[in-house]
Amino acid sequence: MKGNPVNLLVKLTRPERQRAGNPARKSYVHWFWLLPALVFIIVFLVYPVVDTFRLSFMNSDSTAYVGVDNYVHAFTNKTTQDALLNNVLWLLLFTLLAVGLGVLLAVLTGRVRYESTAKAFIFVPMAISFVAAAVIWRFVYSFRPEGFEQIGLLNAAGTNLGLPPVAWLVEQKIAYTGQLLPVPLHTNNFALVAVGVWMWTGFAMVILSAGLKGIPTEVIEAARVDGASEWQVFWRVILPILSPTIAVVATTLIIQALKTFDIVWVMTAGNYGTDVVATQMYKEMFNFRDFGLAGALAVILLLAILPIIMVNIRRFRVQESER
Amino acid sequence: MKRVEAQATPGSSGFRIALKKLASRSPLHIAVVVIALLWMTPAFGLLVSSFRPPTEVASTGWWTAFQTPFQFTLDNYDAVLSQAGMARSFLNSLIVSIPGTVIPILVASFAAFAFAWMKFRGRDVLFMFVVALLVVPIQMTLIPVLRLLADIRLVGTFPGIWLAHTAYGLPFAIFLLRNFFAVLPKELLESAYLDGASNMRVFFRLILPLSVPAIASLTIFQFLWVWNDLLVALVYLQDPSKAPMTVTINNLVSSFGTQWQLLTAAAFISMALPLVLFFALQRYFVEGITTGAVKG
Repeated sequence: MKGNPVNLLVKLTRPERQRAGNPARKSYVHWFWLLPALVFIIVFLVYPVVDTFRLSFMNSDSTAYVGVDNYVHAFTNKTTQDALLNNVLWLLLFTLLAVGLGVLLAVLTGRVRYESTAKAFIFVPMAISFVAAAVIWRFVYSFRPEGFEQIGLLNAAGTNLGLPPVAWLVEQKIAYTGQLLPVPLHTNNFALVAVGVWMWTGFAMVILSAGLKGIPTEVIEAARVDGASEWQVFWRVILPILSPTIAVVATTLIIQALKTFDIVWVMTAGNYGTDVVATQMYKEMFNFRDFGLAGALAVILLLAILPIIMVNIRRFRVQESER
Repeated sequence: MKRVEAQATPGSSGFRIALKKLASRSPLHIAVVVIALLWMTPAFGLLVSSFRPPTEVASTGWWTAFQTPFQFTLDNYDAVLSQAGMARSFLNSLIVSIPGTVIPILVASFAAFAFAWMKFRGRDVLFMFVVALLVVPIQMTLIPVLRLLADIRLVGTFPGIWLAHTAYGLPFAIFLLRNFFAVLPKELLESAYLDGASNMRVFFRLILPLSVPAIASLTIFQFLWVWNDLLVALVYLQDPSKAPMTVTINNLVSSFGTQWQLLTAAAFISMALPLVLFFALQRYFVEGITTGAVKG
């Protein structure tokens, strides 16, 4: 804590005339302090959320109620099914990779003396916009037909190894997934998820590294003295103690995965089978002017996030009771 | 134990142990250094390309730029700033971001003070409600807020997007500030009240000055959130002359998708300010980003 409380204390302890200001006194003064925030929250958050629920049961221009038609459409139409499935792919792959790499990098960087520099390198993508990241990676994925010089890093590396160039951002169906799932998986989604992982691994690493530093060294030393190998120490001691931190990181990443918009919008505009729920919703709003279906997609996003809100509230309650 | 041994033995043997230790740890060092460099490579490629002449960027990979003859130029930046309108967009980004940061933090700090230090019925329930709003995806608000702003003729105006960013930033700002205010020393506030200080005085003279670290982290987070935002600007700020950089770059990508010399320069201009913030205020920066990451 910085600042200089002593000066203030001296100023404030000078005798002045007695004024009302005791927080314990029953009054309505708190409403004066809360009012601006509450007005914003009610007008721009609470009312819109309720209204979006209502709109999701109405037709495209919100003139008549249509029951659950929009929801039925969302889960049965091929375009929206595709978007929902891609979001599931994002949720699983993005979260697993970012958490996995985050743990790995937290452990590795914690063991070298230039830890903070190494961590800064990996964290710095968090500073830039998804839009800038999308430009950076479109360039990495850039594709020229065979025989032309590749200017994209990935295809240049690949062709040097004798592989044919790949149009990373264009749809490529994964064999057989169409038979197992309602819609087939496309490889270009992996290219987009990789961009998200590049941006968010630093976040996972920083949080997990702080968690790692909180583990008492005696615990780890005791395990080593008892003859545990480094591998066993990691899996049997460090990971179980770290699991609450991993849970916090994972919930954050899941929320990010569900809301994914910018990366997809700038890199492919949702074309070639890369649409996610947020981009599909934007298209329903502005391209097709179907506010009913757009509302339903937003509600689906909210419902997917709802369990996490519950967990957050419970965690907050526990924290407060410990205060 | 090992260190004592190494010191006790003559120099040559200690050196050998150090060398052995280095050898056994070299896979670790290689892994860390390689991953860190790999992580920076894509962004480095962008930076290099933005300084290369268009014909070079289009015909050879950026990694060949380090062979003689060196060919670097500032023309791309000139082109992007003047023709592609990035200078105007940079200004627009500032016009959106500064009020979009100051207003929510001011409004939130008032509310956080009430939540932290005033006793009233339903306080904790109300605060919990605000915490719950933290992760509500903004998609849930887009349609009604767009209609609302249209009704009061604020679509495509800066005040319209300031209002939206204020509302979207509030739950997290209130959450962070309230938690910081609540752990300030109780005795300090009580003695201030006993000496007759008003709420206003306590807030401006005591709470705010003591909370500079929290406000700094919050400012960086909120500023970057607004600066880097694409969706909110796309939906509410539909006037092309007011487009911030994210929107302009998105338009450049769809119209000049392969003009890499322009795209790389434009992207780097938009990254410059966040990068300066990162390197100048790393501690506050990391704190702000890591605590604010759950924001909807």
